[in-house]
Amino acid sequence: MYFQTWSAVWQMDGHGPYVWGAYSLTLLVIIILIAVPLVRSRDLTRAIHNDERRRAVAAEASGKNHASKT
Amino acid sequence: MWSIVHKMGSPPWFYRFANVAIAWLLPIVLMALVVGSIWGLLIAPPDYRQGNSYRIIFIHVPAAVVALAGYYVMATAGLMSLVWKIKMADTAMRALAPVGAALTFVALVTGSIWGKPTWGAWWVWDARITSMLILFFLYLGVMALSEAFDNKVAAAKACAVLSLVGTVNIPIIYKSVDWWYSLHQPASIKFTGESAIDASMLYPLLLMIVAFYGLFALTVLLRMRAELLITYSQSAWLRSELS
Repeated sequence: MYFQTWSAVWQMDGHGPYVWGAYSLTLLVIIILIAVPLVRSRDLTRAIHNDERRRAVAAEASGKNHASKT
Repeated sequence: MWSIVHKMGSPPWFYRFANVAIAWLLPIVLMALVVGSIWGLLIAPPDYRQGNSYRIIFIHVPAAVVALAGYYVMATAGLMSLVWKIKMADTAMRALAPVGAALTFVALVTGSIWGKPTWGAWWVWDARITSMLILFFLYLGVMALSEAFDNKVAAAKACAVLSLVGTVNIPIIYKSVDWWYSLHQPASIKFTGESAIDASMLYPLLLMIVAFYGLFALTVLLRMRAELLITYSQSAWLRSELS
């Protein structure tokens, strides 16, 4: 490790705000890039599962008494 | 070669491929980013002229390198969508544009933050910076065009044409630091000859470049998979895949 103390890491001889600012912003962009499609896929997968379940229930009900399900 | 293109063009095959690739890439990319950042921020020595501000290089250069390479990937996808009407190429193009735009944005903003303590200005109309800004607008243009048409085929065609025309900008960005030698420093890493950067800084930089390529692949695959889930939500193959 190059720095001696944690406060030196934070300050970086006066360049701290620039360096840490740049890294924080990049981290934020990376989190958004990964999380947004991941959450969307999870929601879409869930919606398909729910739809499958609904169809299975409907198929079972119509198999029993031929009643139309809406 | 052609059998791979054929397979890649098949949505069920690609969906399975994306699932496997994402499962591998996600932990590897995150680990490489953490290790590379700690190495660049805490372990590498400061630059003898720029001091600690140069540590921004470990995100600035990887983001810029991958944003440029990503444009070629997007233009290639555009060409394939235009010539062979491959639907997956169109999906790839739509997934690539926002990722490329985000990386170009990171390169521009981190460069701006680096410029303040180094050049004394947040922004200068230097050739490299201006051509990168044009790259950002090209990515945004492809994103806007893909949403601008109700007809998917027309949208894909327009995006492909714009991305192909925009490739003119890429060699200009690469060469800008040599053609218009102004504020932005020339490349430190060279494929031929010795790099103008010490090994203690070069290794973390190379690791971060690899990590950003991985991040690019990962986020593009994530977006493509999400789009497949929408497009084929009623398809039997997807439903059997998910059950």
